[in-house]
Amino acid sequence: MSPVNGARPRHHTLSVLVENKAGVLTRVAGLFARRAYNIYSLAVAPTDDERFSRITIVVDGESVPLEQITKQLNKLINVLRIDELSPAESVERELMLATVEVTPATRSAVVGMCESYGARVLDEGDGAVTLCLDEHPDKVDGFEALLAPHGILTVQRTGRVALPRLDTPGT
Amino acid sequence: MDMDGGTALIKSLEMEGVEVIFGLPGGAILPVYDPIIDSPIRHILVRHEQGAGHMAEGYAHVTGRPGVAMVTSGPAATNIVTPLCDAYLDSVPMVVITGQVAAQAIGTDAFQECDTTGITHSVTKHNFLVTSAQDIPRTIREAFHIATTGRPGPVLVDIPKDIVDPNNPNSAMVWEWPEEVDLPGYDPQLEGDPGEIEAAADLILESRQPVIYAGGGILKARAAETLRDLAELTGIPVVTTLMARGAFPDDHELALGMPGMHGNYTAVTSMQRADLLIALGSRFDDRITGKLDGFAPDAKIIHVDIDPAELGKVRRPDVAIAGDCRIVIEALVEVLRRRGGPDAQPDRGAWRTTLSGWQETHPLSYEPSEPGRSLKPQFVLETLRDSNPDDTIVVSGVGQHQMWTSQYWRFNHPYTWVNSGGLGTMGFSVPAAIGAKVGRPDKRVWAVDGDGCFQMTAQELVTAAAERIPVKVAILNNAYLGMVRQWQEMFYEERYSEVYLSPDLPDYVKWAEAMGCVGLRAESPEEVQPVIDKANSIDDRPVVIDFRTDSSEKVYPMVASGHSNDDIVVGPDQGEGGH
Repeated sequence: MSPVNGARPRHHTLSVLVENKAGVLTRVAGLFARRAYNIYSLAVAPTDDERFSRITIVVDGESVPLEQITKQLNKLINVLRIDELSPAESVERELMLATVEVTPATRSAVVGMCESYGARVLDEGDGAVTLCLDEHPDKVDGFEALLAPHGILTVQRTGRVALPRLDTPGT
Repeated sequence: MDMDGGTALIKSLEMEGVEVIFGLPGGAILPVYDPIIDSPIRHILVRHEQGAGHMAEGYAHVTGRPGVAMVTSGPAATNIVTPLCDAYLDSVPMVVITGQVAAQAIGTDAFQECDTTGITHSVTKHNFLVTSAQDIPRTIREAFHIATTGRPGPVLVDIPKDIVDPNNPNSAMVWEWPEEVDLPGYDPQLEGDPGEIEAAADLILESRQPVIYAGGGILKARAAETLRDLAELTGIPVVTTLMARGAFPDDHELALGMPGMHGNYTAVTSMQRADLLIALGSRFDDRITGKLDGFAPDAKIIHVDIDPAELGKVRRPDVAIAGDCRIVIEALVEVLRRRGGPDAQPDRGAWRTTLSGWQETHPLSYEPSEPGRSLKPQFVLETLRDSNPDDTIVVSGVGQHQMWTSQYWRFNHPYTWVNSGGLGTMGFSVPAAIGAKVGRPDKRVWAVDGDGCFQMTAQELVTAAAERIPVKVAILNNAYLGMVRQWQEMFYEERYSEVYLSPDLPDYVKWAEAMGCVGLRAESPEEVQPVIDKANSIDDRPVVIDFRTDSSEKVYPMVASGHSNDDIVVGPDQGEGGH
């Protein structure tokens, strides 16, 4: 996975509300797989109503005919609702955990970078720190790129989650 | 009322009004077969699970009610995957119940275990793995609701043995039949958008060269009469796809017959030259459109379908209406009446003259056979057609015989034509005909089959003989996998590879007799009428006729795969169609 900005030239985010039942994720993911469409990232968790889960799927809009995939998803009995969240009209976040090599000389620089990005140090060991950042995915990309020269030992990102932007008063 | 899951399953089927189950028992489903003995539901014991699935399809095609098949786990479940996929592609309402190993054994590679719901995800409208006996009635209710509403389709219910086995405490439940179905993600839209219906009327009232492109959705929506209202109100001619044969009477003056790869010249070319296609329950299948770029280049499109995913899937419509065909067409007819009825329609005399001109110059035709030579399949079909009542149900397999039957029969009534269109399942005919006869015992049912198809599922004639289901089978025996042979002749320089089957291995007459049927044979034209009359006089057991047909006969017209419909070849010596 490239951490460079712009790795997703025209990504589309689908927010899919589904019944929280066994096998539903397979049905949704299988629909993409059957058509040889790649899912860029996927995040799933129950909603505030435990009968339902929300699946956030990021796909490359250039390789996936979005209208058809949305209609096919809608045909799944367990799918209640699909929202396409355009980046301009939604708030998006992604969580990253990264274990980065540090030396006595670089430790303070890495910790300083954390502070300026709003990341936190979750764990510290000999020669490495594990950091946590929850931010807009583009910003997570940028942070990951900055960490790279120090030597990233492991990185785990959650995939993006998103919700529609709220109407601002007076607009 | 305290009950066990197996009894509850059968009672649930009774509650759904099921009158017949096509099935075959085995280990995992065994406990459900005990309460069947005490149920009014008829069970028909098939010889292979694929037969059960196609019988359920045939039953559903002719009755409009969901067909029900019940089989055990593992190989039985995999054997019924083909009918599930067939029903999925042709939108046939069907509920399949499969046994499964006990819940605690799932995932252990137990005997006759397979991941049935996983395997059938992509060939069912929906499927269920039931894990609690208490859930059985609700799941069956939901399965029938999903199978029969919206765009119909097959639904599979996988039932682990422990929840139906009265000797297992997991089967204990309290009977409760849900009055309401609670499926928050499922709500098919039936009514069309009124604005779009007005827009459709606008296009119709502007069109000088319109064609109604009627598909199988007309039959699924029970909309044949409504379609006729629309055609007669507007005077717009109608093509009926392979899945829609019978949806509009072939003897109607506005009927153009079947379009597509083997459609007649007028049906194919009317779509090519149309300025408006009114697609009703049809899906722009590749066998209809030919090369998509060249399909109906000047036509605007009105597309009505209950499945919104069909709208714009292949061809971008100018007016798209998601809704039930019957309800939408009724609304459209009302709008057109309000906007002036027949008097408001543009003058389409020139278009009608063009079409009837094509019908005269390009009829379906074939060369009669020389004396002493083998039968022409078209002649057999014409004789069969003219020797049977107008409302005879005709069931075909897949291949040349299917195309000839669709071309040469005259379908004047809905639900008289049953075939495998989307999946193209060889072997469909015999079991589907049995299911059709079970559903409509009052109707004469003829299966028209090929020799290749017949060999795939003929064993179900044992079922038909044992159950006294008097279907009739006409084998157009050309000793070849005929359609493949035709393609090898036309596109592979007559290099025939693995298509020869032999006319007399097996001996179809002896085989029929061995299965408890009457076996007959016709080899020359003068024998055709007498054997058909003989077959029609027998009504206490199945009849099979071995018609020895000309293996060199090809299906025409033909639009070669990947070509534009403008490149239609109307006959062996006639070259390309005129335009």
